[in-house]
Amino acid sequence: MKQNKFMITLISIMFGLIIGGVVLLIAGFNPIEAYGIMLKGVFGNPKYISWTIIRSTPLILTGMSVAFAFRTGLFNIGAEGQFIIGSLVATLVGYFFKLPPVIHPIVAILAGCLAAALWAGIAGLLKSKFGINEVITTIMLNWTALYFSNYVVFWDKFKRPNRDASQKILESASINILGKWKTSEAGKAFLKTNTFLKDLLNPPLNYGFIIAILVAILILYILKHTTLGYQLKAVGHNKYAAEYGGINIKKNIIVSMMIAGALSGLAGATQVLGVSRETAILAAMEGYGFDGIAVSLIAGNNPIACIPAALLFGGLKYGGGKLQSTIGAPLEVINITIGVIVFFIAMPKLIKMMTSFKVRKRGEKVESIK
Amino acid sequence: MKKKLLSLLLITVLVFSLVGCGKKAETPVDTTDEGTEAPETETAEEIKVAMVTDEGGVHDQSFNQSAWEGLQQAEKDLGVKVSYKESQQDADFAPNFESLLDEGNDLIWGIGFKLSDAVMDAATANPEQLYAIVDSSYGDNTPENVVGVMFKAEQPSFLVGYIAGKMTKTDTVGFVGGIAGDIIWGFDYGYQAGVQYAAKELGKEIKVLNQYAESFSDVAKGKAIATQMYQQGADIVFHASGDVGNGVIEAAKEQDKWAIGVDRDQNDLAPDNVLTSAIKRVDLGVYYVTEELKKGDFPGGKTITYGLEDGAVDIAPTSNKHVPEEILKSVEDLKEKIINGEIKVPYNEETYNEYLETIK
Repeated sequence: MKQNKFMITLISIMFGLIIGGVVLLIAGFNPIEAYGIMLKGVFGNPKYISWTIIRSTPLILTGMSVAFAFRTGLFNIGAEGQFIIGSLVATLVGYFFKLPPVIHPIVAILAGCLAAALWAGIAGLLKSKFGINEVITTIMLNWTALYFSNYVVFWDKFKRPNRDASQKILESASINILGKWKTSEAGKAFLKTNTFLKDLLNPPLNYGFIIAILVAILILYILKHTTLGYQLKAVGHNKYAAEYGGINIKKNIIVSMMIAGALSGLAGATQVLGVSRETAILAAMEGYGFDGIAVSLIAGNNPIACIPAALLFGGLKYGGGKLQSTIGAPLEVINITIGVIVFFIAMPKLIKMMTSFKVRKRGEKVESIK
Repeated sequence: MKKKLLSLLLITVLVFSLVGCGKKAETPVDTTDEGTEAPETETAEEIKVAMVTDEGGVHDQSFNQSAWEGLQQAEKDLGVKVSYKESQQDADFAPNFESLLDEGNDLIWGIGFKLSDAVMDAATANPEQLYAIVDSSYGDNTPENVVGVMFKAEQPSFLVGYIAGKMTKTDTVGFVGGIAGDIIWGFDYGYQAGVQYAAKELGKEIKVLNQYAESFSDVAKGKAIATQMYQQGADIVFHASGDVGNGVIEAAKEQDKWAIGVDRDQNDLAPDNVLTSAIKRVDLGVYYVTEELKKGDFPGGKTITYGLEDGAVDIAPTSNKHVPEEILKSVEDLKEKIINGEIKVPYNEETYNEYLETIK
């Protein structure tokens, strides 16, 4: 059964790549050359792999955020806004608090998670108390978060003069791997002799990826082995049956939204502490949360599967970007190609249908494929 | 029914994949073609120049587009090879600079002051690589491998301010800024100075309404601010606020008042309502520096500021559509005076106060 699921995903990816290639071809670009550049752009150098991981880290977490809420039957479109709140609060703590190294990022991350959890909790509360659809509230909260963040960044104690961004976080709040050592004399001297490590560490590689993996395991554990997880899933499967079974639905909706929010907030916090180091004034949403929806779809709402799904998505985005300066493909064509690939990957149902059709023709039982 | 649907789906997918295969079979021919051509061009010791945009992208109708046009012109005239990379989010800046570095570019541009930190980081990490940044200056801290390109935005702002001052019938004009800071202050104070210059010439008082949108993208806010200004009696509003200005121009169209565009000739947005525009030729700045690079004397380690004397700032060529001949004539005189230093156009509060003393 597992084998089958894996095969179906692989076939979907193949289909996606082929159709994506057709799109490139229609736009007048050589798909083989383009895929070659993308592959080289992701695996060609240790630092490209680092960049792909950096690019994917927030997507793992926002993907898990969407997937987790979905397990409880909630559609969390608000990952974007929760991401913004998480990054804003992490920046505030990272800049205003003066704490010793190790403790500082932990406090900043926890604060970011908590704030985003409360933010998402608003949508959960409205859903459970008044039955307001969470799709609508989370979308509206996205915009509220965006403008709230911009408003806070404009605060003159926080805004960096002549930049449309906040102050940078203090060095003690950074979660970069060997961040200080990298720029120290000893570090530079050592890295000169070791090109592999030098390339690998050149991008702002950070602990966010490791945190994301640990959290994925934790989430899987919560879902599989705890009462809370059982209750959340029960509400997702059939909320009336769950209520009949004595599960408090209202409480579980709020808890589920809050955990989903905390995950997105964690994505925002690690992005700030590890990569951007500041909160910029946003003209539009950056798309980490929305990409998270795609990642969750690819992963079939499985928290662990979000890791490879996000790596694939991040790799496509990072590698795809290289097509612009090399073969001159416009960003629009690249994004359409990526969209088509993701579309196909997220449609294992179609592939499943096709394979089951084949089986049926042979006169076997359809159930065998499931 | 279900079966029919299924088979239909299957067929479409099959056809698609066949198309995919069929086309793919042809492609290897293409690659070999390019493969044989490529080495010939490589041998010519080509200079490669690339640029990184901010989120606006190369079709932003503003400075990114202008910069890309400058590079394309350089490709045509100077035979350098150019390319660009658009950023989709702030986190893209650093990896974009790195990719362009790996692609062996001789000079890498960062377009817009949003990229100034990313350029600085890249330049300090790769001291061998040449970088340039538009609209940002690192002052005395400019590394040897970096050149900053700035524009005297206060000069064209002064000129459009003068036109506004001369043409206002209500003795009230407006200014809408993006996000306050050194760059936008140049527009703001230059404009006010121009208005006051005209006021003095006419011997009357002209009020300047002044508001910042605290955004470069919020079109609705621009429209709201401009509408309010028109209601307060302003009949001409100048904006230096990126996309916010589209709202300003829209408000002008709705209320049938004048707006003044910025960066490029914005008359095409509302032909009957855009009086003139304060033009900043980012393309020329990009072109000039690329030319220097080609000549072999890259002006690293400093900031170059282009102004009227280089033709890099000006008022829009379509100004003669709405602005009377005699005013345009005095604008030409003013240009002379600015170039030879007779008029010192202010660019911040301090210089503005000094300036006010001189015209009293």
